[in-house]
Amino acid sequence: MENTGLSLVTVVLFLPLVGFSILLFIPDAQSRNIKYTALGTSLVTFALSLVMWANFDAANPALQMVQRWEWLPQYGIGYYVGIDGLNMIMVVLTTFIMSIGILSSFNAHVIQERGREKLYYLFMLLLQWAMIGVFVVQDLIIFYIFWEVTLVPMYFLVGIWGGEKRVYAAVKFFLYTMAGSILMLLALLYVGTQAGTFAVPEIIAGIQAGTISFPLDGLFSTQSILFLGFFIAFAIKVPIWPLHSWLPDAHVQAPTAGSVILAGVLLKMGSYGMIRFLLPMFPEASVAWAPIIALLAVIGIIYGAWVSFAQTDMKKLVAYSSVSHMGFIVLGIFAMTSIGIQGSIIQMVNHGISTGGLFLIVGMLYERRHTKDLAAFGGIWKAMPLLGAISLVVVLSSMGMPGLNGFIGEFTILLGSMGSTVLGIGFTVVAALGIILAAIYMLNFFQRIFMGELDKEENKNLPKLEWNEIAVLVPIVVLAIWIGLQPAPFMNPSDATVESLVAQVVPDTTTVAQLPEAGQGE
Amino acid sequence: MDLGQFLSDANNLAWLIPVGPLLAFLVITLITNKATLVSADEGGHYADHNHPAYPGLKVPVVADWSRVASIVVGMSGVIAAWLISIAVVTNAAGVADFGKYVLESSVRWMDTGAGGFSMGVLVDPATVAMLIMVPLACTLIFIYSIGYMAHDPRQARFFSLIALFSGAMLTLVVADNLLLLFVGWEIMGLCSFMLIGFWFEKPSAYKAAVKAFTTTRVADVIMLLGIAYLYAVTGTLSFREIVYNVEVLEGLAELPAIIIPGLSAAGLIGICLIIGTIGKSAQFPLHVWLPDAMEGPTPVSAMIHAAAMVSAGIFALLRMFPLFEAGGHPHDGVYTPPLLLMAIAGSLTAIFAATIALAQNDVKKVLAYSTISQLGFMVAALGIGAFVAAFFHLLTHAFFKALLFMASGSVIHGMEHGEHHVHHHAHDDEDEHDHAHETPLLAAESHGHDAHDTASHDAHGHDAHGHGEHTAHAPHFDPQDMMNMGGLRKTMPVTFITFLIGGLSLAGFPLVTAGFWSKDEILLDAWYGVTNGYGPHALVFVLLAISAFLTAFYTMRQIGLTFMGEARTEEAKHANLGRGVVAFTMTLPLVVLAFFAIFAGFVGVHPDFPIFGSIFSPNGNPFFDFITTSLAVKPEKVGFYWVPVLTSFAVGLGGIGLGYLMYWRKPLVAGQEDPLVKILGTTLHTTLKNKYYFDELYTIIFILPAQWFSKNVAYEFLDKGVIDGTLHFTGRLFTWIGDFIKVMNAWLIDGFGDGLSEMIGRAGIWFRRMQSGSVQQYLLIVALAAIVIVIVFALSTGVLQAAP
Repeated sequence: MENTGLSLVTVVLFLPLVGFSILLFIPDAQSRNIKYTALGTSLVTFALSLVMWANFDAANPALQMVQRWEWLPQYGIGYYVGIDGLNMIMVVLTTFIMSIGILSSFNAHVIQERGREKLYYLFMLLLQWAMIGVFVVQDLIIFYIFWEVTLVPMYFLVGIWGGEKRVYAAVKFFLYTMAGSILMLLALLYVGTQAGTFAVPEIIAGIQAGTISFPLDGLFSTQSILFLGFFIAFAIKVPIWPLHSWLPDAHVQAPTAGSVILAGVLLKMGSYGMIRFLLPMFPEASVAWAPIIALLAVIGIIYGAWVSFAQTDMKKLVAYSSVSHMGFIVLGIFAMTSIGIQGSIIQMVNHGISTGGLFLIVGMLYERRHTKDLAAFGGIWKAMPLLGAISLVVVLSSMGMPGLNGFIGEFTILLGSMGSTVLGIGFTVVAALGIILAAIYMLNFFQRIFMGELDKEENKNLPKLEWNEIAVLVPIVVLAIWIGLQPAPFMNPSDATVESLVAQVVPDTTTVAQLPEAGQGE
Repeated sequence: MDLGQFLSDANNLAWLIPVGPLLAFLVITLITNKATLVSADEGGHYADHNHPAYPGLKVPVVADWSRVASIVVGMSGVIAAWLISIAVVTNAAGVADFGKYVLESSVRWMDTGAGGFSMGVLVDPATVAMLIMVPLACTLIFIYSIGYMAHDPRQARFFSLIALFSGAMLTLVVADNLLLLFVGWEIMGLCSFMLIGFWFEKPSAYKAAVKAFTTTRVADVIMLLGIAYLYAVTGTLSFREIVYNVEVLEGLAELPAIIIPGLSAAGLIGICLIIGTIGKSAQFPLHVWLPDAMEGPTPVSAMIHAAAMVSAGIFALLRMFPLFEAGGHPHDGVYTPPLLLMAIAGSLTAIFAATIALAQNDVKKVLAYSTISQLGFMVAALGIGAFVAAFFHLLTHAFFKALLFMASGSVIHGMEHGEHHVHHHAHDDEDEHDHAHETPLLAAESHGHDAHDTASHDAHGHDAHGHGEHTAHAPHFDPQDMMNMGGLRKTMPVTFITFLIGGLSLAGFPLVTAGFWSKDEILLDAWYGVTNGYGPHALVFVLLAISAFLTAFYTMRQIGLTFMGEARTEEAKHANLGRGVVAFTMTLPLVVLAFFAIFAGFVGVHPDFPIFGSIFSPNGNPFFDFITTSLAVKPEKVGFYWVPVLTSFAVGLGGIGLGYLMYWRKPLVAGQEDPLVKILGTTLHTTLKNKYYFDELYTIIFILPAQWFSKNVAYEFLDKGVIDGTLHFTGRLFTWIGDFIKVMNAWLIDGFGDGLSEMIGRAGIWFRRMQSGSVQQYLLIVALAAIVIVIVFALSTGVLQAAP
């Protein structure tokens, strides 16, 4: 397996760096070449990730297309990549969102204003490389490196091309995330040295076989502390309430593409980390902490929705809605049922699509009006009918409209948490309240921008959508509808892996008393 | 897969029913809906009270070819659905022992670790009954919309939306599982949002749209929880596997529910699903959205109130009825919690809404409350186990209520026409138009009409008047206010006759109207329980009988105010539909529906009813026998009683008679107060007119606190104050620590390291300065040096430390 040349995963991982290197040699003035090189790189990466999907064997729960090179064998550290049901679709999501992000930046006013266009796209490609790395790498140390590397380009994207308070936001983002990752670093060093290897599959196999064990006797024993070390890093990234306060600032200040990538991919690194590392490496601690984490998740769902409702700044509204939506994902994960975790995985994709779409829409309005204040709009449906129609679909997708993607995720998460052994039904009921609130704040958002009288002079002659704006919105709408109507192709890949993962963590997965003979549902 | 082969199987044909309208939606949305930009202030078709004009702005107006193409596509879609429905119904009729055997087909939709979902279609007797009503009603609404929306700049969009609406409704009807039903259910919710807010510039319209969506959404999420719990318990959502399966039902009835002690799983799931319907079918206390939904164009009202959305709520209850009944037996006086909930909520809603309808002056609002009330009849009937009667009333109500809404739409259209006439035309050409009014409404298209109508819509814009809350600049005229009408029977005879037929059917005019027969069935079932001393039956019987009386009365009031007497305004005098395509498409559906409003009732006559029973039901009640074949537990037939029949006669005729006396014999003249005000007293009348102040109440107890909480508590206090505050404090703390370390650093480490080199450097400069050659400076330095030496000497020898 290791001697068959380059794995497709490696190719997908390093393509952005190839583009990065090419970009370095293009003179600053050749704006067109810079843009298209960046776009071309991301599109080719996206295409190859689709090839990767096509070659993926959904029935096999194990890692596939593995590539492994030794680096520091004496410590058990090495380059180790592969895909399975947990990360395959995340890689595709990353390459998709990056293509969207790059294409949407083509006319960005802020880049023309502040210049340094080449630097911008260099950071974008660097970010793509690091994010794919986070998802595919199976070695704790290398994972940590990629995890930290994602911070740097994002920091500069916000800090250079952001809004007025960009420095504050960038620093807050950087420090907050950094503080979390330090704890993770300590925890993963301990795990690796105890296990004698940093290769995650081997550690998990050891834990399963009982050769490696972290004792858990009480909430603050070794396993718990290690669990928390990882968890806090992931929780900040997700973000879980009350560690979310970096997010609204970062989103509001980030340039449009930055927000799209932040919401679309970066947040998912946290929830992905929970599924990939927390559950299998610390199964007992995960079960023990699940109710507390689920409680935070549910608070986040309600809290995010409620705060979102109060916002007058479009971007902030969407940012807080992210807090609410990510709460669902965490709830699904810590329900520890296969349907819940599968729901979380598809919901990560859905959230990337719908929230990414919302940020794009907000960005387009911002480009035209240079304000993010909801009160500055109204009646835009008349001025920009196409944007109105597309926005409606995206808004509905975000609020979980059946027939669109958001519903699939929310419904499966509700099913999963309802059938959970580790969580009570109360979590599900309160989470469902979040769906109601989502309808309220999302409709409020839509109505205040697009409905009502077109009474502001400035709004009457808004420029039409540019070709690249349509080109980024259309795939989002298509995917929202596609996943909503036919979720199977998007959910099946994770089926086998999640099934085996859940079997490792909790053997028995239902508490809700069931009818003995009723479940003849094929 | 080979499509021909697929469709040759009768089981699969039902898949195609929703396809037509859904395809029409896609085609119109993506292809045929094309607007041309027209400068609004230049006139044209654009501006009217629903479409404010904006000086200097080019506004999209649907192109003529697009208007026609969209109508053609939309009509094709809905007619295809209708024809396929007929084919499916025919197929179903050919199935031996239909009901026990049904047409069904399903595909795997989603795999998850624990089982997964299938999606499929199911044609059983309940579906067949709906397939006879829904596609027909939808088709008629489409035809009506050709005329009603003929001058709207967004007619193409309107057709795409009602096509989606029909597609969603048909999906819901043919669904074989709760999940697909829920999908159709929610898409309808979306369409109603879009259609109520169709004139999205109007604050009243978009507010009503948001209100409708969020109110129903509250109920829908509770329903979704019920669905999720049902799946968690049974592992399936298929109707056939749950409600037509006695074992599952018994199991659910015996299984204790989570959270709530004393309730069975069936009870909890049932209550969740019923709450869904309470939202969708606008039952108390979630009824508030429906009257506001009148902001949409009138065909939408018909769609929402008759053919689709609210019927969907009742249909879902009918579908899941065996689950609600599981563990109880209302025929023997054993009620389950879901049944009690329905009996109480339904009968209260029926009377509550009927009283509000008494005091409404808006022609559509009366019908809106009437709808809420009639849906209450159905829900209450289900609560006492009268499954068949409820289903029967659902079908007859759909026909006569669609008729009434469309007829009221014609009235409004006619009033707008009349208004234009008054405001725009000079008096000298009035004779000509009066002449035109006398010609038959169904006359072929005449020359000159279009120009007239076009001009009329211009005029609306210039007059800037509006419906409802829309404040006008010029003298405000409300074409929906019945106080402005009167005497319309003269100028709009076809509308009058069809409205009368629909109204009598709603009022339950004995023997010849459909509404009488279905309402009578409900009362019969309720009376059966009264004779056995069952409390809920008695509650339902009494409240519904009173509501039926009120219904008859307010219907006559409505017809009296609208059509009887003399015109109370100039506008009413000139109200008519004009002639031509517009008038034809707006009248044809009324005539067709009037037919059903009379004859649909004869399929469900009680076999023991004197004379009528032997004519229409010689072999037992045909509707009853057909609809119950698929039920696992068949409802018992109720014998014939005279009391409920006489009650039906009494309340129907009594209400009609009273209404006749008050509003037909002595029609209101212009400026006269509604005689009802005197009878009820001003306070009660005002309370009713303001709908018992429910909107205000909800604003005070839900909306304002929620807004205040989200802004002040959640955002300002918690998020910015506590959470960000803690963070900033931590940040500042670290900054202080950092500063402290920095200072320490500067003193100790830098002070030593940097200080050394710096000192050397400084010393160099200093020494250089010393070599300035200035004598005074040398002296100064020497003096300073001497002082320092003295101090150091003193310190080291303890001179200065002598003091204790």
